[in-house]
Amino acid sequence: MKTQMLTKTFLMASAIVLVYSLPGCGGSGNKTEDTSGKTEVKPEAKPEASASEDGIGRFAGKEVAAFDAAKATVGKTIFENKCSACHKTTEDKVVGPGLKGVTERRKAQWILNMITNPVEMTKSDPIGQALLAEHLTQMTNQDISDDDAIALLQYLRQNDGAK
Amino acid sequence: MQWIPAALSAAVLFTACKPKQAGNVVSGDAASKVYVAPGKYDEVYLFTSGGYSGQVGVYGVPSGRLFRVIPVFSVDPEKGWGYSEETKPMLNTSKGFVPWDDSHHPVLSKTAGNDDGRWLFINGNNTPRIARINLKTFRTDEIIELPNTGGNHASPFCTENTEYVVGATRFSVPSDNEDVAINTYKKNFVGTVNFVKVDKESGNMSMAFQVNAPAVNFDLARAGKGMSHGWVFFSCYNTEQANTLLEVNASQKDKDFIMAVNWKKAEEYLAQGKGVKKAASYVHNRYNESTHTATSEMLKEVMTLDAKTLKGICYFMPCPKSPHGCDVNPTGEYIVASGKLAATIPVFSFKKMQDAIAKNDVEGEFDGIPVLKYSSVIAGEVEKPGLGPLHTEFDSKGFAYTSFFVSSEVVKWNVETRQVVDRIPTYYSIGHLCVVQGDSKEPFGKYLVAMNKITKDRYLPTGPELCQSAQLIDISGEKMKLLLDFPTIGEPHYAQMIQADLITKNQVKIFKLDDNKHQYVAKNEKATKVVRNGNDVHIYATAIRSHFTPDNIEGVRVGDNVYFHITNLEQDWDVPHGFAVKGAGNAELLIMPGETQTLKWTPTFAGVYPMYCTDFCSALHQEMQGYVRVSPAGSSVPLSFSTGSNNGEQPAK
Repeated sequence: MKTQMLTKTFLMASAIVLVYSLPGCGGSGNKTEDTSGKTEVKPEAKPEASASEDGIGRFAGKEVAAFDAAKATVGKTIFENKCSACHKTTEDKVVGPGLKGVTERRKAQWILNMITNPVEMTKSDPIGQALLAEHLTQMTNQDISDDDAIALLQYLRQNDGAK
Repeated sequence: MQWIPAALSAAVLFTACKPKQAGNVVSGDAASKVYVAPGKYDEVYLFTSGGYSGQVGVYGVPSGRLFRVIPVFSVDPEKGWGYSEETKPMLNTSKGFVPWDDSHHPVLSKTAGNDDGRWLFINGNNTPRIARINLKTFRTDEIIELPNTGGNHASPFCTENTEYVVGATRFSVPSDNEDVAINTYKKNFVGTVNFVKVDKESGNMSMAFQVNAPAVNFDLARAGKGMSHGWVFFSCYNTEQANTLLEVNASQKDKDFIMAVNWKKAEEYLAQGKGVKKAASYVHNRYNESTHTATSEMLKEVMTLDAKTLKGICYFMPCPKSPHGCDVNPTGEYIVASGKLAATIPVFSFKKMQDAIAKNDVEGEFDGIPVLKYSSVIAGEVEKPGLGPLHTEFDSKGFAYTSFFVSSEVVKWNVETRQVVDRIPTYYSIGHLCVVQGDSKEPFGKYLVAMNKITKDRYLPTGPELCQSAQLIDISGEKMKLLLDFPTIGEPHYAQMIQADLITKNQVKIFKLDDNKHQYVAKNEKATKVVRNGNDVHIYATAIRSHFTPDNIEGVRVGDNVYFHITNLEQDWDVPHGFAVKGAGNAELLIMPGETQTLKWTPTFAGVYPMYCTDFCSALHQEMQGYVRVSPAGSSVPLSFSTGSNNGEQPAK
């Protein structure tokens, strides 16, 4: 453990040396301070995956409407246009996972965030990360409005037996 | 001992420092002034003409990084421009499909004399055309041909509120399709000056009127602004009216002309019904963003105004030695002409010109057009500025910057006093230059780009043909400072620069699938199909990460016209899909999110042809492929298509 820490400290030290030495490459030999370079090289802490049942996005912590059959019908059309190229409503995977049972597996807020904020979800949400690792294709941002996302949720609820 | 590699790599990095290059004239802080850190944006857009590539280059300044080549007048297989069925009509002309042109002068649209970041116009010199590029999408939306014009060079400079873009003939010609002897130039040739109206909202262009002026060569132009709004000034050479060996014969006279055109007067004559409609044929091509399809319309008439009989539209101002640049300063008071064989820069005064017109202070007529007295219209001359002045732009502090081809330098001078205050060499032989918003009422200044005609030893050699050479010069201080060399495409005759935020705020990121009105769109996979209509086979297909639907197609026959209509179902920024099929005598398609594009293919041999996505789209991009089976002509293989089900056991749909 101790050796590891020492190594880490040395690596950081050499990184700092690098940062300060690089601007020395100026043609005239004068030291020019390159402040932007400094901030660029700074090692960044990898964002910790913040586990959240709601996922990440504008629906986190928000109330979600109860089931609405009329909206589910609207959602079916949207699903066919914007989702069906990659998802089936059965348990079969196409590009992404089959969506049968998704409303039982995940919270409504999580589903809505995944639909409207897929890039951040696959980057930072632990379940999203795991799904990207499994399916290897970035879930697409299909430019879906909040209302349309709720309609899609209603359709998925209906698909899971909601009445 | 894990730290050794880190130390070693640090040592390697240090030795990568290059020694100072010989002949380095840049100052010590130049590097930091052009350094745009990774992930950061440039401050300014630079739009360069693609010259004989026929396109437009888009660069960032101060970094000099190339972002995009916008296809305009020439086919571009990389983007399917001129190859897809949707874009072919854009390159239609009265002479048929013309896949190339020579683009010279990019001009940004203006509101109240300042760049508004909406559109970029550019001229095609060879087969005379003007194009309008939409700066929301960075695509060419419209191209209009100019009738009875022979080389659209003095173009497409726009008026203060983009009321008009102009196009004047570089090579005077008889009317289109008129068969006359070449040496009847003086009798039969006409110098046409076209005014193309631009719709305020849509930007749509229409031919408003054509002024028939004396036969000379029109070179460049600028519209008046402020006090001179309502006028456009054109430089003219070959007032000798030579039709052969112009190198000698068009350099005989001491003075040629700046032609001042009063377009408000022309509008008055039109309102009075003094215009004459003449038969003509020229095309007007438009790209429709909701059908994602271009249409080409042949127009049969042009409104003309005769400058010789309709007095007060045109005046000539004598100008030394074959003028090129003809540039109006920010206040609109001065017109700076650059006689490319002259030793001075004449600066004309708009006020004095108005006085001379009011007093009829003329020295004679040229071909029916009054020639104003030089001494009555000149504000003064810049004495001994350099050799071969070409073109001038302005900053916000009252200075002008003129390029000098022969003495290869940029010269800074005071517009009011006409005193030279600074000069800087260019490498080598500068043509045009541009300053950020340097032709507007309120120039931004800060940077100047020199577009050099000769490259020689400035870059690593690439055989006989070298890259084109641009140079970035800092004009923020009293002294001009060279910052950067960077290469450009084609021969950039001219460029314009604009502050980036005037453009970035309007960017289109995707086309909404819901708004797609393409005749052959498939908005979802259920809507995909293959339809035979005689020998035409229409494939309504979709693309999404990472498959095509359908991806197995059978029943196509040799000699069929196969149309792949591919709709990109993605609705996210920066996710185009490409499409190509083996052996197609065509280019690829590059389909933006929400868009439909069509590739036509006429297979000539039976076989199984792979098709695939050409633009890396996901980790499974290499899997984004399919097959088309082509059977011999007359074959009875039924038409079928599918995705994911053609596995040998079950029949295709």
